[in-house]
Amino acid sequence: MKLKKNIATSETGFIFNPATGDSFTANALATEILQLLKQDRSPADIKTLLLNRYDVEPNQLEKDWDDLVAQLRDHQLLD
Amino acid sequence: MKQRYERPLIKKLSAGPLNKFGARTETQPVPDIDGAPVKDLLGEFGSPLFVLSERQLRRNYQQAVRAFRTRYPRVQFAWSYKTNYLNAVCRVFHQEGAWAEVVSGFEYEKALLNGVPGPQIIFNGPSKSRAELERACALDSVIHLDHFDELYELLDVAATLPRRPRVAVRVNLDAGVYPQWDRFGFNLENGQAWNAIGRIVGSGRLELVGLHCHLGTYLLSTKPYGVAAQKLADLAWSCRTQLNTPIQYLDLGGGFPSTNTLKGAYLPGTDTAPGIDEFAEVIADTLQRAGFRQDELPLLVLEAGRLLVDDAGYLLGTVLATKRLADGRRATILDFGVNVLFTSFWYDHKISPAGDFSQHTEDTVLYGPLCMNIDVLRESVNLPLLSRGDQVVVHKVGAYNMTQWMQFITLRPAVVLLDEQGRPHRIRQAETLDYLQQLEEMPTHLSPSAPGTSPTAGGRPSQATTRP
Repeated sequence: MKLKKNIATSETGFIFNPATGDSFTANALATEILQLLKQDRSPADIKTLLLNRYDVEPNQLEKDWDDLVAQLRDHQLLD
Repeated sequence: MKQRYERPLIKKLSAGPLNKFGARTETQPVPDIDGAPVKDLLGEFGSPLFVLSERQLRRNYQQAVRAFRTRYPRVQFAWSYKTNYLNAVCRVFHQEGAWAEVVSGFEYEKALLNGVPGPQIIFNGPSKSRAELERACALDSVIHLDHFDELYELLDVAATLPRRPRVAVRVNLDAGVYPQWDRFGFNLENGQAWNAIGRIVGSGRLELVGLHCHLGTYLLSTKPYGVAAQKLADLAWSCRTQLNTPIQYLDLGGGFPSTNTLKGAYLPGTDTAPGIDEFAEVIADTLQRAGFRQDELPLLVLEAGRLLVDDAGYLLGTVLATKRLADGRRATILDFGVNVLFTSFWYDHKISPAGDFSQHTEDTVLYGPLCMNIDVLRESVNLPLLSRGDQVVVHKVGAYNMTQWMQFITLRPAVVLLDEQGRPHRIRQAETLDYLQQLEEMPTHLSPSAPGTSPTAGGRPSQATTRP
């Protein structure tokens, strides 16, 4: 799973797609995940890191991860 | 220590017109009701849970009484049982001085069991059996007549009684409210009401003591109350001058709105619903100018229901699940549905999370737990990011929900009253399967001991083997 290369993201959660002109806002966790994806970290790595860092059950994270992927796909932000 | 988790969210920014109400309107957390933590209440009494604030009930009553009594010398409230007839709620209002206004035989009996004396019960509504009429006559309650069939039946009952039953005539009239409520009572403009009054007075068997009018429900204008008060006062004058029958009280009914937001309304109810002082001003001003001497002003009776109880009620519940719909919208499934929160058919109820949250919000549909497509609590509401297990508070649910709720697919939840110190008292237990089945009966041929009725016996038993 990779973000499109031209997608601009900021540390404050602003996302811009120059191909479509669409802009987005992300909450803290989505911002963190996008930054990790941009560093080419694998989904499994990212999930492990989040489970260690946040107070969340694995099932909940798995469900929310799938939902985030669906959001990214809907917004045409994934390769 | 691990950090607090909030599920990841991406929101597209759209350059549409600005929302003049701002981006966040319903997102203050409500961690407690009158100091009682939501988490503790749900933990002790289960989820979902109705909670009523005794403090707010009393405050509402006192405020409404004050609004009228500071403008008119003779005022009496009668608690509208159908709005919420949980005994604890009724008793709070009776303690405050309210009479009872009932619209069925069982409500009448409830009022008696709540200690209301017969003469302080107003028996209203279009359906009163002969036995109920006889009981109300025996206990000297006031019967509000709804139609001629009832009038003739009561005349028949009264023929055998030593004392004339006290009655009032329910009048429907044109006060500029559309659609006009003309299904209850006798119409004023076509002469029906005057005809009924003439028959009552002429019979000599009934004592006409009051005139009653209930214009509608959730009326957002004060003007119709002024029109109705004037027309009732004129009718009372006619009774006195033409029939030599002074009217002891005028009952302007209820219909006063709470501050809930009606579905389809552009502005929230808090901005559009007139306060009770505005209604009181119009009604009292009209009656004061109607020509009665100060010492002969009729008693003003009011049957406010929703106004007194709605904002004292809360429904606490829990998020069961969240999901995405086919078009990408968020959907949140709660553990209470339209069968419990009946008023979600009428209102866009305000719903708050009980716990803390970040500044991020999203639009979501709120569904109940019923396996029915109609079970939609809010079609679209902007809320923080809710997850399974989060607790929510629905506001202003005290009116009609705890009487119109249905056992349907799920059982009805417990109800708790928070006393004036914020201490919880359970006033109705959550329903159980045993409770639900108490009234069911099983034909012998379907009982578990009947031959061939075991699911493992295979197939439908023949008539021959099951008949006694």
